[in-house]
Amino acid sequence: MSGVRVLVGTRKGAFVLSADGRRDKWDVSGPHFAGWEIYHVKGSPADPDRLYASQTSGWFGQVIQRSDDGGGTWAPVGNEFSYDGTPGTHLWYDGTPHPWEFARVWHLEPALDDPETVYAGVEDAGLFRSTDGGQHWQELPGLRGHDSGPSWQPGAGGMCLHTIILDPSSPGRIFAAISAAGAFRSDDAGQTWRPVNRGLHSEGIPDPSAEVGHCVHRIAMHPSRPSVLYMQKHWDVMRSDDAGETWREVSGDLPTDFGFPIDVHAHEPETVYVVPITSDSHHFPPDGKLRVYRSRTGGDEWEPLTRGLPQEHCYVNVLRDAMAVDSLEDCGIYFGTTGGQVYASADAGDTWEPIVRDLPAVLSVEVQTLP
Amino acid sequence: MIRVILPAHLRALARVDGEVRLDVAGRVTQCAVLDALEARYPMLRGTIRDHRSGKRRAFVRFFACEQDLSHEPPEAPLPEAVASGAEPYLIVGAMAGG
Repeated sequence: MSGVRVLVGTRKGAFVLSADGRRDKWDVSGPHFAGWEIYHVKGSPADPDRLYASQTSGWFGQVIQRSDDGGGTWAPVGNEFSYDGTPGTHLWYDGTPHPWEFARVWHLEPALDDPETVYAGVEDAGLFRSTDGGQHWQELPGLRGHDSGPSWQPGAGGMCLHTIILDPSSPGRIFAAISAAGAFRSDDAGQTWRPVNRGLHSEGIPDPSAEVGHCVHRIAMHPSRPSVLYMQKHWDVMRSDDAGETWREVSGDLPTDFGFPIDVHAHEPETVYVVPITSDSHHFPPDGKLRVYRSRTGGDEWEPLTRGLPQEHCYVNVLRDAMAVDSLEDCGIYFGTTGGQVYASADAGDTWEPIVRDLPAVLSVEVQTLP
Repeated sequence: MIRVILPAHLRALARVDGEVRLDVAGRVTQCAVLDALEARYPMLRGTIRDHRSGKRRAFVRFFACEQDLSHEPPEAPLPEAVASGAEPYLIVGAMAGG
């Protein structure tokens, strides 16, 4: 029978949660790399036993760990992320020039067809790639080197490149998202980039419709419709039907359109999931109720999903990389909270159960569907 | 033989128990000890000293013989007691946070 492997990054280690296709009994492995912040763990689509993890701490910096056996054992690989050339400056929170400084890897995106190739999105925003299984990392400097780079400013969590999407239909097309510069697209495998933020509107920046400067929290794409993108922004849920050229708001009847993660049903490209959060001042769900919202119409019309989720006294957050879907026939949805819970739904969100309740704060969730 | 004590997280990363013992050729300086440590345990590169600048990471300090050596020049000789192995060289992570 098929199974799933949920890869959880937390503030104090990584956890691997495994189950068969019923997804009702879970094996919990971890904490791996105990005591370190694990920003992201992700598997290679080309080899499900090949996993990469970003292990970081303020004391000792960045480590990249690699597993070749599906998370049973790990070994550190290369951890040197040096910006190409002289990095220059971006803007700091106070608008003054600030040197580009590497802090950590926020997101790892293994290539679709080669387990040795993996991309890394880092803070301060930049895109790196390894082609030797993580031993060595080279920057793809075209993104950071975009003309607008010196004007980029960090979000509260740092100026992070947190989303990397590889278009399966077009090998040279990559989408990236940066807080708080916005969304960018490359059509030449990362050599050159351009902002794709037309239609985004952000109150509070000098030009609310600027080409760059928007705090994009997450972008999601269904592989069968690579031109359709969904975005959870710092306020507003957005949709593009032209590969990011233009965006329109699809927040519709959400109780609040602030939030972090967004994802798409594995088999229904118009079914989208978000977790509404009260506001940018209050990073917890409205009214103490943890609700995932689902749209079956590609946005605009949303329904709350609550069965099995706490509906009172719940003030956790769900971070931008902490939601994922499996590709079993009954699509499973997973998300992790800052309260340490990882919830799973084996029926596309109709009902939920916690896999684990008391992990350290969850930073990221990915899931592999195993044959 | 130089004795080095690593903080817990770096012991885990390097998969060592207890002290590390290193042969250091030539003058026993902080730089030489750290070079030897990183040569033996390449996964520690970048976790104690910045990759590019070689400077000590801010939340890491160096001690020996009850002295804080963090601000000593990296090429200055370590105390004779460290060079002889009588005393260890301590790499200490900040206590703050958790």
